Amino acid sequence: MTRRDFLKVAGTSSIALGAVAATGCSLNKSNTNDTTLDVEGGKMEYRTNSRNGDKVSLLGFGCMRWPMITGKNGEKDKIDQDAVNKLVDFAYKHGVNYYDTSPAYLQGQSETAAGIALSRYPRKSYYIATKLSNFNTWDKDASLRMYHDSFEQLRTDYFDYYLLHAIGGGGVDVFNKRYVDNGLMDFLMKEREAGRIRNLGFSFHGTQDAFDYFIALNDKYHWDFVQIEMNYQDWQHAQAPDNVNADYLYEQIDKLGLPIVAMEPLLGGRLVNVPANIADKLKEREPQNSIASWAFRFVGSYPRVLTALSGMESMGPLEDNLNTFRHFKPLNADEIKLLKDLADIMDKNPTIPCNYCKYCMPCPYGVNIPEIFKHYNRAINEGFKAESKEQADYQKLRRKYLISYDRAIESLRQANHCIGCHQCEPHCPQTIKIPTELKRIDNYIEKLKRGTLEA
Amino acid sequence: MLRKIRIALAAICFVLITMLFLDFTGTLHTWLGWLAKIQFLPAVLALNLAVIVALVLLTLIMGRVYCSVICPLGVFQDIISWFGGKKKERKLRFSYSPEKKWLRYGVFVLFVLAIIFGVNAFVALLAPYSAYGRIASNIFAPIYQWGNNLCAYIAQRADSYAFYSKDVWLKSLPIFIISAVTLVALAILAWRNGRTYCNTICPVGTTLSFFSRFAAFRPMIDSNKCKNCHICERKCKAACINIKEHKIDYSRCVDCFDCLNNCKFGAMHYRFAYGKKESTPKDAPVQTVKDNVDSSRRAFLTSSAIIATALTVGAQEKKLDGGLATIIDKKKPQRKYVLTPFGSKSIKEFYDHCTACQLCISVCPNEVLRPSESLEHLMQPEMTYERGYCRPECTKCSQVCPAGAILPISPEEKTAIHIGTAIVDLDLCVANKDGISCGNCARHCPAGAIRMLRKNMDDPESVRIPTVIEDRCIGCGACENLCPARPYSAIHVEGLQEHRQDELS
Repeated sequence: MTRRDFLKVAGTSSIALGAVAATGCSLNKSNTNDTTLDVEGGKMEYRTNSRNGDKVSLLGFGCMRWPMITGKNGEKDKIDQDAVNKLVDFAYKHGVNYYDTSPAYLQGQSETAAGIALSRYPRKSYYIATKLSNFNTWDKDASLRMYHDSFEQLRTDYFDYYLLHAIGGGGVDVFNKRYVDNGLMDFLMKEREAGRIRNLGFSFHGTQDAFDYFIALNDKYHWDFVQIEMNYQDWQHAQAPDNVNADYLYEQIDKLGLPIVAMEPLLGGRLVNVPANIADKLKEREPQNSIASWAFRFVGSYPRVLTALSGMESMGPLEDNLNTFRHFKPLNADEIKLLKDLADIMDKNPTIPCNYCKYCMPCPYGVNIPEIFKHYNRAINEGFKAESKEQADYQKLRRKYLISYDRAIESLRQANHCIGCHQCEPHCPQTIKIPTELKRIDNYIEKLKRGTLEA
Repeated sequence: MLRKIRIALAAICFVLITMLFLDFTGTLHTWLGWLAKIQFLPAVLALNLAVIVALVLLTLIMGRVYCSVICPLGVFQDIISWFGGKKKERKLRFSYSPEKKWLRYGVFVLFVLAIIFGVNAFVALLAPYSAYGRIASNIFAPIYQWGNNLCAYIAQRADSYAFYSKDVWLKSLPIFIISAVTLVALAILAWRNGRTYCNTICPVGTTLSFFSRFAAFRPMIDSNKCKNCHICERKCKAACINIKEHKIDYSRCVDCFDCLNNCKFGAMHYRFAYGKKESTPKDAPVQTVKDNVDSSRRAFLTSSAIIATALTVGAQEKKLDGGLATIIDKKKPQRKYVLTPFGSKSIKEFYDHCTACQLCISVCPNEVLRPSESLEHLMQPEMTYERGYCRPECTKCSQVCPAGAILPISPEEKTAIHIGTAIVDLDLCVANKDGISCGNCARHCPAGAIRMLRKNMDDPESVRIPTVIEDRCIGCGACENLCPARPYSAIHVEGLQEHRQDELS
């Protein structure tokens, strides 16, 4: 750990502790050995946006992973509005006031559902964040239509936080085509002046060069906030070379003094389903707290973080997160070091950095890409990926791997049906070489089936 | 006692053979495969002399115990017949009927001619082991698999890997119908008249009857003790005891030993037939016996009505999850020559030996084998790659075949056998047609027979299209099955009339 880290963390902790003490909230709760979650007790942790005084809940609701039900066409592709209302009601009543959506989420249904759920509450009592997700059409008119549609879907006449969605993918060139050359940036700045956009920022996935470029654009565009992928794994182990470590991003934004919205605090669930040896380390220290709570507390321990987004698709994670944020306790320097050490260990773990965002889908050849990666990662994390047929428990592992693979993915959608057309690859925010990885998994399975797996 | 031993042995044989057809994992075959190999017709077609001699000797010594113990179709009829006799008024439902010689020997002659001239469908239709295999794999196996899938469903929720689910699919509608007809017809015959099929139609029964007439040991009537009560006759499912004349038709007796137990006067004995002479029958009042109506033909007709209800069982299609592209089912290409399994030497040899028992189809884990619907090979298996391909590590069908139609091979030998050759149809190929980089066929070819070559020789950036090195292709169908073109694959395998085998280095 560098001195800089230490000072920063120490500073963070004392600030956060001060903040908690100032709100008069009791910290005793998280020290009790109570296994049931206490979402009624405690008090939601709020962060103040230093630029405009917004009081934002440190837990933000990400609207990308809401529950789906079977629609008219017999496929599970219709949003479950009742379940969404229930989730939003519960979150709202327990202090969550930041809701992050996009016209692209859930095949375009996320904004509508969020609009229905939120419009039942006074507009001033919550913050809406949405995005200009013009991935496929860079045409100005189509993009403007998307912008205006968002007002209608979300039943509002202003956005609290508005983002250029996932810039960095494809580099500066694509950014210019999506937002600059077609005049959208000028338009959005005017909208901000008109008050229809209260905060203008961007979400970022990409290389360091691109990020530096966007940060430099602050002189021109005066960003109000930045949304970055931030968690204890990405802190120093982002997927090189196409992603930047979060510690670097944090430092650059910190220099500008901008608020940070942290996305993927759980890395799409990968920091929940951690390998057993990692889980042991965390449970040893706090048996009653969830694995996820550590990841949220890591993000929340950094003072620039305005809110940490979590895509809660059911009551279980929602209650767990409320428990974490209503009894919020920042990590101390020692705990932060522990997480960074664990991240070092996990970095050597050959899981595929898929966050299950499904941007790659649908594959034109029917391959179920996210499910294949999820299964593969699960096999690694749960230790049932055989390494060699000489292994003592090879037969058992082989059986478990193959059976669970068939259970998770129907045979026509398995990795051997990837033809390598590369349509998916540019869509992956994690810049996973999808066809290459699918081929690797397919080869592995082929070796398992043929009994030719050598160490 | 003899009867109890017979029942116990028959039950064991029957359950184990049935399990052979139900066990889709193929693990039982290592232990129980011999049960299929001691069946009469498969042994004849495999020219398995040891088994044939043993079975003939067994019959010469003990009579047709084969029919009561080893033959699964015989035992199956006994089970149905046993249920048929549960009701009190049906306890004494049989009676002696004379041998139907013209039918019995007529069918037998036709059967032998059918074997000689290769009318395989006729052989498969009548042969008892084939008929039972057909019923087991078409009717019983799906039920077993649904049960298995239920277990798999529960196991999945319990995070156990003890069971895995298996697709239940209709391999062929016509064959399913034939199986159902066979099942219903036999069940009706057995329910009403016991062993009618075995003693009038079954060619194996007729063959064994030539020897059982001279069996050393047989059930015999002691005329001195017999009170002519007709109980034995009324309980003889083979209808072969003629109490009126104190005679037993040994060509039809299947040695079930029911008569021994049913005689209250100790007049029935299973004993050596060539010892001292029995005393002549003494005159005794004869009880009247109701004439037995041979209802077999009528039964055949009525059965067809019942079958219709059984047909509602259809293929199960899996539902799609949201956000996934629809996948069109593959369609079977027109193959000039049919594909027969690795180890079957040639198309002709395969179909000459095959009894159409469906055992290989039952164990094929890759859903490649299915009964043929062509008139020439009706019910006999053929390979096709719409649902899977013949995986390199699998040799299950060759291990289970009792008839020598598929000879045992090892996975190493399999790599050196060529059963067909892949042919590319560039009009359907996505690489050629749409310029999409693909090569899924080449990537999955276990023989390295497919090369992706530049479409335009002069352009180094040109899209690559598949070509087949015919000599290397073994015909496994990985390319055909995994080809993204649907419903017709852009690459398909044509069968080889004579399979080719490389020298193993």
